[in-house]
Amino acid sequence: MSEITYLEAIREALFEEMERDENVFCLGEDIGAYGGAFKVTDGLMAKYGEERVIDTPISEAAIIGAAAGAAHMGMRPVCEMQFIDFISTGYDMLTNYVATARYRAMLPCPMVVRGPSGGYVRGGPFHSQNPEAAFLHTPGLKIVYPATASDAKGLMKSAIRDEDCVLYFEHKYLYRRIRETMPDGDHLTPIGKARVAREGRDVSVITYAATVWKALEAAEQVEKEDGLSVEVVDLRTLLPMDDEAIIATVKKTNRVLIVHEDTRTGGVAGEITARINETAFEWLDAPVLRVTAADVPLPYSPPLEDYVLPQTSDIVLALRKLASY
Amino acid sequence: MARSGGAAPSAAKTRGDAGRVPGLSREQKLELYYYMRLTRSLEERLVNLYRQTKVVGGLFRSLGQEADAVGSAYALDRSKGDILSPLIRNLGSMLVQGARPDEIIRQYMAKGDSPTRGRELNIHYGDLVRGFIGQISHLGDMVPVMAGVTLSFRMRRQDRVGLVYVGDGATSTGAFHEGINFAAVQRCPLVVVVENNGYAYSTPLRKQTAAKQLVDKAIGYGIAGEQADGNDVVATYEATKRAVDRARAGGGVTLVELVTYRRKGHAEHDNQSYVPPGEIDRWASENDPIDRYGKRLLSDGFEQKELSAVDERITAEIDVATDAADASAMPEPTDALVGIYADPPAEQPLWFREGVKSAVEVHERPSGWGTHDV
Repeated sequence: MSEITYLEAIREALFEEMERDENVFCLGEDIGAYGGAFKVTDGLMAKYGEERVIDTPISEAAIIGAAAGAAHMGMRPVCEMQFIDFISTGYDMLTNYVATARYRAMLPCPMVVRGPSGGYVRGGPFHSQNPEAAFLHTPGLKIVYPATASDAKGLMKSAIRDEDCVLYFEHKYLYRRIRETMPDGDHLTPIGKARVAREGRDVSVITYAATVWKALEAAEQVEKEDGLSVEVVDLRTLLPMDDEAIIATVKKTNRVLIVHEDTRTGGVAGEITARINETAFEWLDAPVLRVTAADVPLPYSPPLEDYVLPQTSDIVLALRKLASY
Repeated sequence: MARSGGAAPSAAKTRGDAGRVPGLSREQKLELYYYMRLTRSLEERLVNLYRQTKVVGGLFRSLGQEADAVGSAYALDRSKGDILSPLIRNLGSMLVQGARPDEIIRQYMAKGDSPTRGRELNIHYGDLVRGFIGQISHLGDMVPVMAGVTLSFRMRRQDRVGLVYVGDGATSTGAFHEGINFAAVQRCPLVVVVENNGYAYSTPLRKQTAAKQLVDKAIGYGIAGEQADGNDVVATYEATKRAVDRARAGGGVTLVELVTYRRKGHAEHDNQSYVPPGEIDRWASENDPIDRYGKRLLSDGFEQKELSAVDERITAEIDVATDAADASAMPEPTDALVGIYADPPAEQPLWFREGVKSAVEVHERPSGWGTHDV
């Protein structure tokens, strides 16, 4: 088996699931004949035809709403948001209709909404967003955000098979920058389970998506320069959150840094901090710290974007502060 | 066709009432009368219960609109598995699909054994087996959803049709536009019924749209359009039937505008201060859909005692339903935690509520709770 990229891993999952289950179909803007803005769905229409790979009008609410209706009837739709930034125009459908369907009406909504997410790519305010926190607050949805190619594949396959709606964020910075050999066979990554990306004893970093790689870089650096042993936990799933994994690393290192690329106020890090506070306060030797983006729309120009987004050097600084507290 | 919302009922609305009902058997003609009467009498019973404070939330009436809901739903074929999605004034359409009076009353009374186990209000519930999907309050949202339901019919080569109701107000929403356009492009077997009753809450049609008539919107979407007198149950049935037949034959989406009039307020609390004096009375005295259809049946060879027998049967049915609903229990508080996700089947109680005996603690999961095994 040869190595494939994060992007190819997502595509491989789509091919495998469409092959396995004829109820799986894809819909989105420019995903068929053109293969998608980033070519994630390249080749799908050639193999499965226009009926199962649907080029839609520019209508995120209709894409998500129609997926919900088809899902009620037993189909397994996979919706693409051309950029995840545009999921906001489907927010009502997702939060009011899809997320409540099982609870209020016993209507199943097994569907996936996926899209290229995140910054570090000079995409500006509307092609760089990380809107996961906007949905973390909605009971009835699940949220995954893989950091590795094998998780990208395994989480996509699990998301398609899940009985509920899964928002699948894929980081466009990672699309073609990382590659990995896929595990053999029908590779599924469980939803709701974090992974320890690096074992450590002194400080924990809890993070997900592209900043997993920044945390790993920072961990290497402080190990070399300061002799610190840093554990990095990759959440992989944000909703439902893996409380067990979070508490386990708190109890192991007693010092926690939470890193995410999204803005700070009302972000995922605040929720994790509150959970640690409620259930593992006595295990802490230092306050929980956050490294996140600044609370501004993400600017385009490189010096501005680099300043706003969390960088490896920011994580190094925070790790040193925590270790010496 | 006269426009509602200030207009007097036009002469055109009554034309053709005296004729025979084509294509409908004697039994079917009586059935149309039954469903319209049942709708009205059931709502009148709900008003009584509302005044006794047994209805927990608001009460929504379809007085004067029974014909458009019943006539349009009657055009679907239940034996083929057709599905509709009603709006708040389409109780009649749900009854045609098999919704039961006791379910409606349990819903309004927020009972534990109501179809939504107390989670949702009024007629916001559905049943895929009987062929109706419950609406949400966000107007227009059911159009994309029904586009997807009917997309699945087309993809699976099923001989099924879907019908979605929106009001005049919902035609202004983004979801309506996106959904109908998506369904049009995909040639989904979908009928979109625009129930034009003249008002969206307090807003008259002229403040909702600059279009001369709502059926004109069909042209822009490249789909067929039909318009009918929504207070004439037969005209409503016929227009919708043409749309249903077109959809089933692969002819795609039809927008059907049914022109009617909302004689009650948005809900029971609404005093209708915004309605011009005399307008409601004119519609009530000159254009009541049940009066019109009753007269038509009498001139079509039916006898008054047949209609009276239907009325009596309905009263008895509603009495039984009311007693049953009244006797059933309110939900257990902890039932609120069941059924957000398929897995886990229930949320854990929060720490400050721990120790509460609950269905949650035994991980109860009702059979058929949002699964595909039916």
